[in-house]
Amino acid sequence: MRPETRAQIEALFERYPEKRGALLPAIYLVQAEKGWVDADGTRALAELFGLAPVEIHEVLSFYNMFYSEPQGRHHVYVCTNVPCSLRGARSLLRGLEAYLGVHAGDTTKDGRITLGHEECLGSCGTAPVLRVDGEYHENVDFADARRIVDALE
Amino acid sequence: MLKEPFVKNYLSEHYGSDSFRTLEGYEDAGGFAGIKKALAQTPEEVTEQVKASGLRGRGGAGFATGLKWSFMPKQSDRMKVIVINGDESEPGSFKDRMIMERGPFQILEGILIGAWAMGAKRSYVYVRGEYREPIRALEAAVEELRAKKYLGKACFGKKGFEHDIVIHSGAGAYICGEETGLLESLEGKKGQPRKKPPFPAQHGAFGLPTTVNNVETFAHVPYILEKGVEWFRSRGTEKSPGTTLFGVSGHVERPGLFELPLGTPLREVLGLAGGVRGGRRLKGVMPGGLSMPILPPSELDVGMAEELLAPRGSHLGTGGVMVMDETTCMVRVACVTSYFFRDESCGQCTQCREGTGWLHKLCEKIEQGRGSAEDLSLLVDVPSVMEGQTICAFADAAAWPIQGLLKHFRADFQAHIDEKKCPFSESFEL
Repeated sequence: MRPETRAQIEALFERYPEKRGALLPAIYLVQAEKGWVDADGTRALAELFGLAPVEIHEVLSFYNMFYSEPQGRHHVYVCTNVPCSLRGARSLLRGLEAYLGVHAGDTTKDGRITLGHEECLGSCGTAPVLRVDGEYHENVDFADARRIVDALE
Repeated sequence: MLKEPFVKNYLSEHYGSDSFRTLEGYEDAGGFAGIKKALAQTPEEVTEQVKASGLRGRGGAGFATGLKWSFMPKQSDRMKVIVINGDESEPGSFKDRMIMERGPFQILEGILIGAWAMGAKRSYVYVRGEYREPIRALEAAVEELRAKKYLGKACFGKKGFEHDIVIHSGAGAYICGEETGLLESLEGKKGQPRKKPPFPAQHGAFGLPTTVNNVETFAHVPYILEKGVEWFRSRGTEKSPGTTLFGVSGHVERPGLFELPLGTPLREVLGLAGGVRGGRRLKGVMPGGLSMPILPPSELDVGMAEELLAPRGSHLGTGGVMVMDETTCMVRVACVTSYFFRDESCGQCTQCREGTGWLHKLCEKIEQGRGSAEDLSLLVDVPSVMEGQTICAFADAAAWPIQGLLKHFRADFQAHIDEKKCPFSESFEL
C-alpha cells in the first residue's frame, strides 16, 4: 500500500462511527493502485483495520466490483439481465466474444481487455448497455460496441 | 446521464434542466421550501404530516413512511442515523438513478426533513458502486450544501439542528438493496441480511437507532411539506397516494421513464411507451421489477398500485415494467431470471442457496430440450420450499417470478419437453 493511499484511507475513518465502515471505500483505493488487490494489499488492509487477512478476503470476494486476481487494462461489461436480453444484449456479448477471441469472464492474451457480463445496471430503458472502465455506454449496437472496444489501448 | 422522463409531474418537472442539479438552480425552482416549513414546526408535527400524507416507501415493499419514522426512539443517548437506500439493482428499475442524477437536492432536502423529524445527526446515502454518475451528482450536491451552511452544526441557521450527510459507494451486490444487507455492507462486511428483530430503529447501522428509506421516498417528502397533505393525496389512490416514476423496458417502441399517479392503468402506461414494438402482440408484462410475478395480456386494465396489483397475483415492487412480445420464449426468461437469483443469493440460508441453484438448473435443462415431465413438476415444487423460509425476502423474490411464469405460460415449458427443443426460433438469444 502506497503511503498516499494509506493517508487517504485514514482520512475516511472519521466519517463512520466505527473504523470498519471505511473498509469498502478503502478497498477501492487499494484496488486503484494496480487494478486488483493482491495478497500484500490484503495484508496491509488487515493491519490498518485491525482485522485478519481472511476477513478482508471475505469482503473482497463477496462483491463483484472487487478483484483479487489480475485484470486486463480495461474492463468491458455487457449487462445481460432480462430487460437488456430482450433488446439483444446476449447477441451483442456473443459478438464481442467472437471479436475479441475470449469468453466472458476472461482477459485477452495481450492483457488489454477483460470482457464480462453483468447483472442489471439500471439502463433498462436505454438497453443494451456496456460499462467500460466504469463509464456507461447506452443504446449500443454491435457496430458501436466494436468502435468503443477498438478505442481502448 | 439519463435523459429526462417522457411524462413528468411534480417530481421530475425540472429534470430537463441542468441547473436543477446545482444549489442555485434548485433554489430558483422553489427548492428548500419544504425544509423551511418543516423547521418552523416541531419534529412531531412533521412526522404527523408524513404519516397523514399516506406516503409509502418506493423501494419495493411499500411500507408507510411516516409510521417507519415514528419507530425511531424519541430520546436516545446514542446517535440516531438515517440510511438512504440508493442501491437500486432490481432488474427493470432505473428510476432512482434518474432522481440521483437529475434531482440530487430533492433527495438531500427530504433527508434533512427526515433528520429534523427523527433527530438524526448523520445520514449515509448508500449508492450502488456501478452508479458513478449518480455518486458524482450527490457528492457535488453535498459539497454545495456544506459550503452554504445548509449542512453542518446549524443546518439552515437553525440552532441545535446538526446534521451531516455521507455518500457511500457499494461494490456490486444485489442483496445490499435489502435493508439489513445494506447495513452490514455499510459496516464494511459481506452484505448478508440480518435476522429481525431487532429492527433497525433499535439496532441499525453500527448498532445505532436507524431508519432506512429509499431514494425516491425521500425525494417526495419536500413536496408534502411544501404543498400539504391534501395536495399530495389528490394524486394516486387512497391507499397509495402520489406519483412514481414507472420505468418501462423491453419490447416497447419508447422505453423510458414516465412519472404518473399510482393507480394508473397498466394499459395506459404501455400506451405512453408507444405500445408493443413493430405492431407485434403482447405476450406478458412483469409490472414491478424482476422479483414480481408476470401478468398476461388479459390483466392490462389493472391499476399500478400495490393494493390493485396484489389481488391480480402480482405486486408494484419498484414500478419497473418489463414488456415481452409474442416472440418471447418464457423458458428463456426463466433461465435469465433464475441465473440472476442464483448468482446473487448471499448463500447464508440453505433454502435460498440451494433452491436458486435448482431453479436455474431445471430451467436450463428444459430450455435445452433435455427436460422431462418430472423436471417440470420439480420446478413447480422448488419455489414452494423456498418462499417464506429464509432470513430475508430474497428467496421469495427468486421464487415468485418462476411461479408467475409457470402459472401463465406453462404451455411454453411443456412445449420444450414435448418437442425436445426450444420451439421459439424468433425469441431473444440466450
